[in-house]
Amino acid sequence: MDAQTSTPRLALRGITKRYAATLANSDISLSIGPGEIHALLGENGAGKSTLVKIIYGVVRPDSGEIAWEGKPVEIADPNAARRLGIGMVFQHFSLFESLTVAENIALGLGATETIAELTVRISDIARRYGLAVEPTQHVHHLSVGERQRVEIVRCLLQSPRLLIMDEPTSVLTPQEAEGLFDVLRRLSSEGCSVLYISHKLEEIKALCEHATVLRGGRVVGECDPRRSSEQQMAEMMIGGALPVAHRTAPLHEGKPCLQVQRLTLAADEPFGTNLRDVSLTLRDGEILGIAGVAGNGQKELLAVLSGERLSHDAAAVLLCGTHAGKLGPTTRRRLGLSFIPEERLGRGAVAEFPLTENALLTVYGQGFVRAGLIRFGAVQQYARDIIKRFVVKASGIDAVGSSLSGGNMQKFIVGREIGTNPRVLLAAHPTWGVDIGAAIAIRQALMDLAAAGSGVLVVSEDLAELFEISDYIAVLSGGRLSAPKRTHETTVEEVGLLMGGRMEAGTSPIVAHAA
Amino acid sequence: MRLSLEARARPARIMLWASPLLAAAASVIGVSILFAVLGRPPLTALYVLFIAPLESLDGLAELALKATPLLLCAIGIAVGCRAEVWNIGAEGQFTLGAICGGGVALAFGGNDSWWLLPLMLLAGVAGGMAWAAIPALLKTRFNAHEILTTLMLTYVSIQLLGYLVHGPWKDPQGYSFPQTKQFESDAMLPMLIEGTRLHIGVLFALAAVPLGSILLGRTMTGFRIRTVGAAPAAARYAGFSRSGVVWFCLLLSGGMAGLAGICEVAGPDGQLTPVISPGYGFAAIIVAFLGRLNPIGILFSSALMALLYLGGEGLQVTMQLPIAVTGTVQGMLLFFLLAADVLINFRVRVRPSRAAAGAARHA
Repeated sequence: MDAQTSTPRLALRGITKRYAATLANSDISLSIGPGEIHALLGENGAGKSTLVKIIYGVVRPDSGEIAWEGKPVEIADPNAARRLGIGMVFQHFSLFESLTVAENIALGLGATETIAELTVRISDIARRYGLAVEPTQHVHHLSVGERQRVEIVRCLLQSPRLLIMDEPTSVLTPQEAEGLFDVLRRLSSEGCSVLYISHKLEEIKALCEHATVLRGGRVVGECDPRRSSEQQMAEMMIGGALPVAHRTAPLHEGKPCLQVQRLTLAADEPFGTNLRDVSLTLRDGEILGIAGVAGNGQKELLAVLSGERLSHDAAAVLLCGTHAGKLGPTTRRRLGLSFIPEERLGRGAVAEFPLTENALLTVYGQGFVRAGLIRFGAVQQYARDIIKRFVVKASGIDAVGSSLSGGNMQKFIVGREIGTNPRVLLAAHPTWGVDIGAAIAIRQALMDLAAAGSGVLVVSEDLAELFEISDYIAVLSGGRLSAPKRTHETTVEEVGLLMGGRMEAGTSPIVAHAA
Repeated sequence: MRLSLEARARPARIMLWASPLLAAAASVIGVSILFAVLGRPPLTALYVLFIAPLESLDGLAELALKATPLLLCAIGIAVGCRAEVWNIGAEGQFTLGAICGGGVALAFGGNDSWWLLPLMLLAGVAGGMAWAAIPALLKTRFNAHEILTTLMLTYVSIQLLGYLVHGPWKDPQGYSFPQTKQFESDAMLPMLIEGTRLHIGVLFALAAVPLGSILLGRTMTGFRIRTVGAAPAAARYAGFSRSGVVWFCLLLSGGMAGLAGICEVAGPDGQLTPVISPGYGFAAIIVAFLGRLNPIGILFSSALMALLYLGGEGLQVTMQLPIAVTGTVQGMLLFFLLAADVLINFRVRVRPSRAAAGAARHA
């Protein structure tokens, strides 16, 4: 191969980085050839972010060597990385909402040229790579996909020779992701190397020519993704056989347990999304998946359903037969609602509280308080049960929330919300950022709950997940909810188009899925 | 070789309590140096500051007497701080408690009614609560920050007290001094130890310690308070009302400060004067933080602060040191405590001089 004969663009040898108690990177070596699209694969906590931060000069390694085009270098900070020709698009963007695209890019470059000159250059680059970016637009108008394109243009303006992409498709529709791949292939053909970080194996198979797999801070394997199966790569990542989730579909249709009727609600914060004429019906024993790119009204819809935000009309939300639009979260929980929120620490759990108190956070109404006093013995037992049932890795019920990894915290939160046997469960991005093993366990728990007769509403960006577990799929786009379709009667392409904002002609958003 | 701070995987429980002791030790060393610079024998000065006040029954009684208002105010403040409700106007609520309770004493004293003292105490509590209700209303209605409103109301309360003792409530037989007449003996709190000035108010303060601990650690109300303080979004998610918590915290701390106020005037003073507190309400803020916002910790820190008040007086009398020395010692203690607190979340590592620590260094 080409990469063997020519000098590698970037070569790492024996990179090791230790944080207080954990070895984040241990003796990692990898090399990326010119124009190579190289995948970095691994579960959360495998050491991908640390390695990338080392390459981009954010973190200094404890030991090891970095060679750039054959010459040993020390990358002291991101500026040094950019001077070498390394560009990076982060998972979370750093754009100012109130500035235009060109102004944002000017800030990032700290450039000497005028905005007008920059505007011309941005348009040039955007045209060359087929990236739809309008320099004079204000960022708050842009969708997440468009924002990512701004970040990519910002990198391309500096003519990088290595572009690092950190989980770039987590915020994109399938069609947008396809567009991104075209750009990356184009860059690769021009000789720019790409380091592509993702846990979505089908993408890596479609895009990358070489993959390095990390587990526990070490390189555990390398492969050519085009020739390996997803199963093989997944097993390399988790270091064992892949568990499989099973779903038993409901035998007969249940009674509605959660209904929303023609809900229109203005956003309550700047740059929020207005909900427009949203209707939905969730039935006992059923999983309803709501697809869509974050920022299209998911947060607002969930707040209205959970009671964190009250609607003007009590009848707008019907929960287990009760007009619940004006009821707060505590009362709705009493009616049988549980909610797994999107954010874990700080919302679903309190970072500095021990697990016992984090268990109490939402179940206090279930007999854990007597005469105003907390029954700590019972709460401790509940916390212990969650840890056992969901195999939560924690030092014990006294471990504080922040000491758990994201996946384990999420398993604990899922366990807490399911443990009360809710009739309705809302789950927001339940497996986002969670490693494969934990994700499968969480999906299985949601399916088991539905099989036991509860209604489950899952909001997720992960289409593969929704297609795996849902009975019905609807799409939330621009604050509108499409009519739910039976999962086996729709396709990823169709859902992708709806996510892009194209509501099908003849689809009435008023009618929920047919009985 | 160089020193670096490394984040601990989890906060060190031992350091949580060792750091105040470390701070106290560092303060003693610092104070000794200060005394030496001022030309006073350090050991003698330390003796006057820390030991002498504890050598007699009278001294111990005075210590408990001074700790009483500090303890009551600080526990109320601490409960609020756990919810990030910063009541720094305990001094004002203290004053209103003294005015309301004192008003009852002036109006109904001298009839030997069994209900007089309970009514005075209730009026004191109610006065403090009412004064704290104003910031609570402003915060929950108009989002006005309680740090500003509680502080500003303190100055209003001091003016109100000044108006009363200079005007309508002035003792006609008081040779025109700005003070009320002495309370009748049935309007004075009973003494606890004969021959000292220690009154039963200290029992209220001592009772507040276990009650405060139970409130914060064992009750659902305390859990709501801590959740609102630690993670507001989690509180909203859990369905805890933030306004409810704000009201509860301000009324509780206001009521406790009001109780401290009436106990002070119905205890040692026995009348209202323009200055009824040497800044107890403000010192209680330091006491609350020194005590880790934990009622048991506050029991010790209030005793320490009371000792500093007494020892400071001793230094003025026997060693002719200015009153500013007391303030300096208080400041030093707080400074060293904050410095030592770093050790709770970080450990000190000695490592080779090659710059290797990146992310682990920022605080």
